[in-house]
Amino acid sequence: MRADGGAALVVEGLYKSFGRLEVLRGIDLSVAEHEVICVIGASGSGKSTLLRCINLLEPIDRGRIFVEGDEITARGVDVNRIRQRIGIVFQAFNLFPHMNVIRNVTLGPMEALGLSRRDAEVRGMALLERFGLADKRDDYPDRLSGGQQQRVAIVRALAMQPDIMLLDEVTSALDPELVAEVLNVIRELAAGGMTMVIATHEMGFARDIAHRVCFLDEGVILEEGPPERIFTDPKEERTRRFLQSIIEAGRM
Amino acid sequence: MSIVPPGAPERYQGLPGGPYTPPTGDRGSRILSPFRAEGARGVWIAVLSTVVFFTVIGLGVVSSSGWPQIKEAFFDGQVLADSFGKIVEKFGRNVLIFMVAEAFVLLLALLLAVMRSLQGPVFTPLRILAAAYTDLFRALPTILVILLLGFGAPSLQIKGVPHSDIFWAIVALVLVYSAYVAEVYRAGIQSVHPSQVASARALGLSRRKTLRFVVIPQAVRRVIPPLLNDFIGLQKDSALVAVIGYTEALRQAQIISAATFDFTPYVALALVYIVITIPEARFVDWLVARDQRRRQVAGGV
Repeated sequence: MRADGGAALVVEGLYKSFGRLEVLRGIDLSVAEHEVICVIGASGSGKSTLLRCINLLEPIDRGRIFVEGDEITARGVDVNRIRQRIGIVFQAFNLFPHMNVIRNVTLGPMEALGLSRRDAEVRGMALLERFGLADKRDDYPDRLSGGQQQRVAIVRALAMQPDIMLLDEVTSALDPELVAEVLNVIRELAAGGMTMVIATHEMGFARDIAHRVCFLDEGVILEEGPPERIFTDPKEERTRRFLQSIIEAGRM
Repeated sequence: MSIVPPGAPERYQGLPGGPYTPPTGDRGSRILSPFRAEGARGVWIAVLSTVVFFTVIGLGVVSSSGWPQIKEAFFDGQVLADSFGKIVEKFGRNVLIFMVAEAFVLLLALLLAVMRSLQGPVFTPLRILAAAYTDLFRALPTILVILLLGFGAPSLQIKGVPHSDIFWAIVALVLVYSAYVAEVYRAGIQSVHPSQVASARALGLSRRKTLRFVVIPQAVRRVIPPLLNDFIGLQKDSALVAVIGYTEALRQAQIISAATFDFTPYVALALVYIVITIPEARFVDWLVARDQRRRQVAGGV
C-alpha cells in the first residue's frame, strides 16, 4: 500500500531560489492518476520553475517530490531513470535542429530506454500517425511550422511512454492560428487519460480541459479548485485581479 | 509574382500575390552575383573591364626593366620542368604528415574541449589540465616544439619510445594544433543553447549521451569553417618539419634551388600549396551550403 493514496505526483513543501530571488516558497500539490491540472498565474509567478523542478531540471532547495509513490528527490536516485517517467514539453519546442523528425522522436527511446532502432521507429511512427505528422518523418524541424514543431515535441516526449506529462506554456510561442492544433493534441491526451500538469495562459482552454486549476502567485499556490469555481467565483482578491486583467486583455 | 517562398508554412500560402512562380532561368539562384541587376550587358562589361585591367598590369610588369632577371630567378621554365616532379613526389610526404597529424588533432582537440566544458566541482582538475594545455601550446612557436621534440626526444634513447625524428615532428604538430582546434571546438560547444541540453536531459539521456548526440554534432557543424582554417594552417606548417632535416617538399625545393642557383623550385612548391588549398575551401563552402539547404526553407527564415 502506498501512503499517498495512489497519487501520480505529490509535491511537498517545495522551495526554490535563484540567488536571493525566492521563486517557489512552499508548494504543496497532489496530482491524481489521470488528472489534468492547469497552473495559471502571471509571468514570473514560478509556473515554469515549478515544472522544471518536478522534472529535476532545476535542483530544489527544500521539499520532496514523489512520482507514483517513489521519492525522486531522495539522495542517490538515478535522475535519468526518473526523467524517463516524466515527459516535459517546452514553450520554445527545443527540437534537435540537426536531426529529422523521426530521429528527434527515437533518440530518447533508443539512447535512454535502450530500444532497437526498429522498435523505436515503430513506436515513433505510431505516435506521428496519431497526431497527423507521419508525412513529416524525414523533415528537419526548421522546415516545419511552429504548430507542427510543437506537436513533434509532444510526440518526442510521449515516445518515452511517461507516467506524467508536464507542459510548460506550450502555445505561448505560437502564432494565434496555430494554437488550436496544439491544444487539440493536448485535449486528445487528456481524453486518453494522461496525467498532466499544464502551465498555461490559455484560460479558455484551462477551463475546458482542467480537472483542477491552481493559481500560482509569488511562489505559492494561492488558490486551487475546479475550473468552474476558480474562473467564476474566485475566493482570493489576487486571483480575481489576475483574471480581471486577463479579461481586459481579451484573452478569455 | 508572390513573395511567398516555396515550401513556406501553409499559413503563408495564398497570401496576396497569387500562387508562387519559381524564377525562370538561373538568375533567381544567383542572389549574390554582382551581375544580377545588370543582366547580360553587365556581364560583358564586367568581363571586358577585368580583361583590360589585368592585361595592362601584366604588360606593365613584363615590360619593366627588371623583368628578365625576375623571370630567370623565379619563373625558369626549364628548372620548373626539371624540379616539379621531384617536389610533387616529396609533397606526398607532407600529405602523409598533415593527414596523420590532422586525424589525431581532431580527436585530441575534441577531448580537450570536452574536458574543459565539463561542469561540476569534481572535474576541476580536468578543466585546469585542459586550460593549461591550451595556454602552453598556443604560447609556443610551432618550430620550437618541432625542434625540441624532433631532435630532443630521439636523443633520449628511451626504450619503447620511437626514435624516429619524423614521428616526433608529427607529435609536435599534433600537440600545437590540438591547442588551437580545442578552442575552436569549445566555442562551438558553448554556442549550443542550454535549452538543447535541457531537452536531451529531460528525455532521460545521460550527460555523456547528451554531449554525444546533441551537443557535439551541433557544435561541430557550426565550426567546420574555422576547422578548415586550422587544417590549412597545419597543411602549411608541415613544411616546418624541414628544420629537423627531413626531406619533404620544402626541403626538396631548397636542395634543388641550392644546386641550380634558382628560386623557381620554391615557386613550384607554392603552386602546389595553392592548387590543393583552393578546392578545399570550395568543398567546405559546399558542405556548409548543403547543411543549410537541408535544414532550412529555401529563401525563408
